[in-house]
Parts: sequence; structure tokens; C-alpha cells
Amino acid sequence: MHSKVAVVGVGQTTFTRSCGISIRELCFEAFREAIDDARNLSTEDIDGLIICSAPEYDKQRSPAGLIAEYLGLNPKPTFLAEAICASSSVGARIAWSFIRSGLHKIVAVIGFQKMSELTSAESQERMLRGGDIMWESPFGSMMPAYYAMFARAHMNEYGTTEEQLAKIKVKSGMYSMMNPKAMYQKETTVEKIMNSKIVASPLKVFDCCANADGASCIILASEEVAEKISDTPVWITGLGLASAPLSLASRKTVSSLSCAVEARKQAYKMAGLKARDVDVAEVHDCFTIAEIMAYEDLGFCKRGEGGKLIDNEETYIGGKIPVNVDGGLLSKGHPVGATGGSQIRTIVQQLRGEAGKTQVADAETGLVHNIGGIGLYGSIMIFSR
Amino acid sequence: MGFEKFGIMSYTKETKVEDFVKHLEDGRIMGTRCKKCGTIIFPPRADCAKCLSSNIEWTPLSGRGKLITHTTAHFAPAGFEAPYTLALAELEEGVRVFTRICKDDEKDKLKIGMYVQLVTKRLGDERITYELKKI
Repeated sequence: MHSKVAVVGVGQTTFTRSCGISIRELCFEAFREAIDDARNLSTEDIDGLIICSAPEYDKQRSPAGLIAEYLGLNPKPTFLAEAICASSSVGARIAWSFIRSGLHKIVAVIGFQKMSELTSAESQERMLRGGDIMWESPFGSMMPAYYAMFARAHMNEYGTTEEQLAKIKVKSGMYSMMNPKAMYQKETTVEKIMNSKIVASPLKVFDCCANADGASCIILASEEVAEKISDTPVWITGLGLASAPLSLASRKTVSSLSCAVEARKQAYKMAGLKARDVDVAEVHDCFTIAEIMAYEDLGFCKRGEGGKLIDNEETYIGGKIPVNVDGGLLSKGHPVGATGGSQIRTIVQQLRGEAGKTQVADAETGLVHNIGGIGLYGSIMIFSR
Repeated sequence: MGFEKFGIMSYTKETKVEDFVKHLEDGRIMGTRCKKCGTIIFPPRADCAKCLSSNIEWTPLSGRGKLITHTTAHFAPAGFEAPYTLALAELEEGVRVFTRICKDDEKDKLKIGMYVQLVTKRLGDERITYELKKI
């Protein structure tokens, strides 16, 4: 009882525009990599499987059952966890609780999305219904429009500029090129971003992440077994999860994500640390403005100074707090259900000192900020080696 | 039935507050008010989350408010025609509304904090919506 919980294995597929394989095969690749990543682990050691996906993209009804079968995990229990883009962080939280309760010892959390399964029009229609379908979708609301409205409010309130937004994408593109699993392998410039087509003013094409196919897998284990499985277990030391109104009209603020602020308070309190103690962070940059808001919501800078933080390159490696050094959602790609697991994988590799060219020196504490939809679910997780 | 007439495209037709559309057709923009705790709710709800009462009544809104944020969409989801401007405004009553800015005002420079009026708008014979106009 009350065992500590560690991540003992991580894996992910390369994120691509169109993977050309089935979802079961996609999940298999991520799972095998996570099993191989742990020093001493095989399929039969896994005693629970949590599948994380935004089901509106899936053709297969109840994919958890199918995936458990394909991975050879029957009769181990399995089910789906859903919180849109935060699905696999929520899956990890459930796995943590399963292990802490003593009910399970080793749980695999697989997140996946094959967004290419839908046509672009179908995908947009799904995203449209991501707003309040009674009071907001009827006007043509969509993900980029909501984040554009956050951006407009942030610019008005704090003087944040379109150039500062572009600089987020420049950083993301640069680190993405050092990540062989990232979708975009292209460097970009502020000028190119500023000249890209407007999607929803002030956001342009390059301010937005793109749909992607991919899967991630993280394996969590109890303290008693973690050190037998892995030479380098990474401990989960803080967890925060919160919600905010789905409808924009019910929110008190539109230049910050209140669910992230609330989740941050919980996670920092549980881990017993402050923003300045975090050495490396993964934040949910579904749009460039989302990363700027995350800097502030996490306390990496004062409210309104997110733009200055990127101007001063403080979120690059070597800066005050390196953020999204794997390319982030903007350039690595954002296969909705897989994203949280991919972020956790990046932080685990950083804390193990296995991040290669993007290694943040002496990283001991890492943070994952994973947001569902337009900021209705906010998950913050803190990890320590 | 009845709610399917609301907005540019609707996704649901049944709700306890479908009379909202009838009021809209008569030119009134109504919120609901909880008879138990007095909370004014907009968009209208049949149930009060503050005191869990479903004893509510319709209450007219002034429609006057201030612009909080906005965006012009240059790409539209299936069924919608870009460009159009979406906005969030706070009304005098302290409630917020998410809708479109009227086409005539769209070309002008919108300023956060500017005064706006929420007005009803007919869309052909069948549909009805509300939108924000500059005052």
C-alpha cells in the first residue's frame, strides 16, 4: 500500500501525417518499444492496460478490447480513458491510482490516434462539436478560433505580439529537427510564419499544430518492482487534474487556462516544489499562444510576461526553463490520444539523461502540462529521477 | 422540438429551454433566473447549478455589453462560409455571450472594450439567431 509509482518503460511511434497502418499495429509498435525500453519486462508482467484515445476519430468501436487482444494481453483488464487531447495523461493518472491502491503492480498506458482515418471535412466537423453544441458550435466555432480569441485577449491585455507567437514556432521547428520521431523536419523563420495564411486572426497556419497519426506507450510500476524492471526508474512526484467550463461564455478569463492554473497548484503542492525547481518542461502547445499562456499558468514567468520569456530565449536549452525541446505539438505533431504519453516519454528520457542532442544538463525534475480541448481539462504531472 | 431553428447550424433540437427560440422570434433575448437563489443564467438553463433548483423563470436581458475578445475565421468548418467574425461579449447583467459580429461591422476595426448590442437576426424563413452590433 502507498507505494511510490515509477515510469519504467516508454515508447512512441514516429508521428506522421498518414501512417498507412491500422490502429492495432500502431499501438503494437509503441508497446513493443516501451517493453524493450524497460530492462527486465515482458508482456505477461503487465497486469492492466489503459487505452487512451478521442473516440470520435476511431472507426473501431471500443478499441481497448481490440488492442488488448492484438498485444496478447487477454485476460488482463482493459478499458478506454478519454479527455480529448489530455487522454493519455488522464490514463497515467488512473494507472498511478491503480498502483497506489495496491490493486495493480504494472500498468501499461497506450495513447493513440489515427487522425488520417477521417477526411479533413469529417475531422473539422468533429472539432466543431468540440465547442458547446447548443450555444457555441451553431456559430461556426472551431479549435483555432477559440485559441485565436485567447490570443487576441492576451495581446490586448499584455501587449503580446504576433512576432512573439511566431518565435514559439521557430523554437519548436528547431528542436523538432533533432527529434527523429517528429512529423516536421523543417526549420522555419519568423518571416515565413508571419507570411503564412491566416486561419483565424491573429493565428496563421504555422501558429497551429497539425493533425497526425501516432501512438505512445508508458509503463508504470510500483516501488517494489520498479527497481527490478528498470535501472533508471523515473518517479511520479506530483499530480494535478482540473476542469474548466467547456463554453467560453462561462469562463471568467480568456487570456489564461484556469484548469492549468488549478492543476498546477495541486501538482506543485503534492511534489512539494515551486516553478523554479522545474528543470525541463513539456507544455501543450496546440497553438503558439497556448505555449505562452502555459509559461504564465505554470509560473515560469509573471502573468503577461510569456512573450518576453520567448524573446529572451529563456525556454531554449541553456535558458531559465527549457520547454518543448522535442518539438512540441506544433512540430512533433499532435495525434490527440497519444500526446500526453509522448510528452511523458520526453521528460522520462530527459531525467534519465538519454535525450541526446536535446539533453538539458543535470535535469532532475520535469513537468508535463497536457490540456484537453479548448482548456476544459488540465493535467499537470511532475517527475523526478 | 424547436431548438433546431437556432443558430447558423444546429446540432440538437430538444431542450427544456427551447422557448428561448420563441422569445427570439418575438424579438426578445431572454436569460433564465433561478427563483430560489436569484441567479441570472445566460445562455439560459433550466437547472440552477448553484442551488440545484429547477424552479426557473425567463428574464429579459438588456443586450448591452462590452466586447471581450474576437477573431475572424478565414477557414470554415463544413457547412459554414468564411470569412466570419466570432466574438465574446459581457452583458450589463454580468453574463457573457459567444456569437458572431454582424457582417456590416466586420470590416471595421473592432476594439476590445467597445460597446456592443446583442440583437436578434432572422436567417431566411426558418432559422433565427442573435449577433453583436457596434453601438
